[in-house]
Amino acid sequence: MRDIAVVSVAQHQEKALTHTTEVELMVPIINEARGAVGLTQDDIGFTCSGSSDFLAGQAFSFVHTLDAVGAVPPISESHVEMDGAWALYEAWVKLQIGGVDTALVYSYGKSSPGSLRDVLSTQLDPYYLGPLWPDAFSLAALQARIMLESGTVSDQRLAEIAVRSLNGAADNPLAVRSSAEATAESVLAEAPIADPLRPSDCAASADGGVAVVLAAGDRARELCERPAWIRGIDHRIDPHQPGVRDLTRAPSAQMAAVNSGAGNDRLDAAELAAPFTTQEHILELELGLRDGTAINAKGGALAGHTMMAAGLMRIADAAAQIHDERADRVLGHAASGLYLQQNLVCVMEGE
Amino acid sequence: MAERLRADLVLEYPFTRTTGPVIGAFLTGLREGIILGIRRPDGTVLCPPTEYDPESSEPLTDLVEVGPGGELLSWTWVDPPRSQSPWDQPHGLGLIRLDGADTPMVHGLLVDGPEGLSVGMRVTARWRPEREGHIADLEGFVPEGADQ
Repeated sequence: MRDIAVVSVAQHQEKALTHTTEVELMVPIINEARGAVGLTQDDIGFTCSGSSDFLAGQAFSFVHTLDAVGAVPPISESHVEMDGAWALYEAWVKLQIGGVDTALVYSYGKSSPGSLRDVLSTQLDPYYLGPLWPDAFSLAALQARIMLESGTVSDQRLAEIAVRSLNGAADNPLAVRSSAEATAESVLAEAPIADPLRPSDCAASADGGVAVVLAAGDRARELCERPAWIRGIDHRIDPHQPGVRDLTRAPSAQMAAVNSGAGNDRLDAAELAAPFTTQEHILELELGLRDGTAINAKGGALAGHTMMAAGLMRIADAAAQIHDERADRVLGHAASGLYLQQNLVCVMEGE
Repeated sequence: MAERLRADLVLEYPFTRTTGPVIGAFLTGLREGIILGIRRPDGTVLCPPTEYDPESSEPLTDLVEVGPGGELLSWTWVDPPRSQSPWDQPHGLGLIRLDGADTPMVHGLLVDGPEGLSVGMRVTARWRPEREGHIADLEGFVPEGADQ
């Protein structure tokens, strides 16, 4: 296996990028990520992106966004209709195969033009679930009630997770929802938005984008004082139909954590891309996170969830803590699908 | 002022799909007013049925009739109703485990308000009079006895 590291990250997120196109959004982010390590597109061996045509409302919408990269002369390029964390996985595989030493990975999402909780119905199977258009909050509420009724989580615990995000995001300029004053009491006083879920249980929807530069071996050491070396990366999937799953669990998250070696040593920080407090609770258990691991220190995905980018943003947030020596060993997590159906875990270390 | 040019755009998925021997049978069953599950090798029954075992990936073929009554395992209240959904009134959404099945299905709950819903309550299917082999042939589920 080649040693591969995240050497540079850049991201932007806000509540709604109403008058900004995806290209206009990504130009400065991609320039910042490449520029921070002195690279131009000519120096990038492979480029991979993640985005959603369902959000853009147009087939092959990602082709337009290549204008933000610069694809002339022709580049080696790929795209996944997934969170950018899966684009990072593809780039990692490409670097493992060899022949290239650097990769640019980026992803973005603009969900503000529509109603994301309804648009997400299009990710459901087209026979049993999709035609009923159950919105994302209502489906999450079914899981929440099962968790609460079975005692696998309490109202109080969910409120504490919400408060961790609200407080942690207070000085994070990229967060779209934060509160230094929020307490479990104030969260519990919120009226349900999808009974039993309260507004603070549901991630705050955001628009944004993120770019990451990967490099292999000595190239990474040339580009970055303290590369975030990817020591383990794995993604797994659970069945789609909610009925065949234990909704209090996410076995694929646990499997990804084990296969990426997350529990082999102490983790200083974990960045989780859970769109609901209930699912952040499940992830903490499935990933085996223990006391001493700072979870979503800046608010995480609950404080601002950019569809298609929330996972890669978490990996970027985790890697940045290695770069500036706040942490030695970190975990970045990405999720996709209904009830954490798909999970990706990326474990990174400094030298 | 110049006339603004206008063109309608219909986002569509212009492909024909076949639903196969299991989903197709389930949808045909709905048209006939029955609900089908499918038996796994361990004897448990999945409803809605899947073509392959979710754990072993083995093909499943043993269709069995389930319901129309069942138990409500979880619920939420949807108000306002979502614009694209089959329901135009506030309604419940639930996980319903039908009699004879071991797994729950997602569907609507037709009651006046959330106070009419509780985990563990008995519900039963309400059918639309005109059916076409679609999940919404089931209008939803109502408390047992409500339609008698």
